[in-house]
Amino acid sequence: MPVKLVFLGKLADLAGAPEKDLPGPLDWRGLLAALPGPLGEAVLGGKVKLAVNGTVLADKTALAANDGDEVALLPPVSGG
Amino acid sequence: MKDIRILHGELSPGNAMTAFAAAHPEAGGIVSFVGKVRPDRDVEELELKHYAPLTLKGMEELAEATLARWPLDGVLLHHRTGTMRPGDPIVLVAAASRHRRDAFEAADFAMDHLKSDAWFWKREKRADGWHWIEPRGQDHADLKRWSE
Repeated sequence: MPVKLVFLGKLADLAGAPEKDLPGPLDWRGLLAALPGPLGEAVLGGKVKLAVNGTVLADKTALAANDGDEVALLPPVSGG
Repeated sequence: MKDIRILHGELSPGNAMTAFAAAHPEAGGIVSFVGKVRPDRDVEELELKHYAPLTLKGMEELAEATLARWPLDGVLLHHRTGTMRPGDPIVLVAAASRHRRDAFEAADFAMDHLKSDAWFWKREKRADGWHWIEPRGQDHADLKRWSE
């Protein structure tokens, strides 16, 4: 099983799909390398957070995902 | 007691409140708030997306924080996802307590946190297509009231 990326909100539009599979292991540098153009720039920005298997990372640059993990890319929430 | 739900279909505040009241016969008062998709002549549809591993957990934690802050008999948080039309109910918050002041404040607190903290992403369909909604500064100002 690969690492599954899940794009939320407008990041899904930038990615052109709600999900994307990448081979593990995946770190921050590998994630950025796999996300070209405006999508990568948005993820690099301070407002986007990452969650691995439902836990939000305090420091997204410390990403360390393995095969089978789900990495969610979370733009600022709109509010309920 | 918590009643926390993410609803993929219709939200019926009347039915939910009847059940909540029946579940808390000991309460001296119940306060509820219904949020609707605000009627706006430009908006045709509203779509709300959530991320299951975070959204429900966040709502559970909010309910726990609300119960810890006021002496409540119960708290209810119901939130819609999916596609809605202007005027549709989108969120229902309720608090049951022995005395009314606790219920008013708890419902207000829970709603302010849902509005700014909960893991939901919204987009609106207007004549020229879909637009993602950015966070509102007012929502964050509302939230600060509870930490001052």
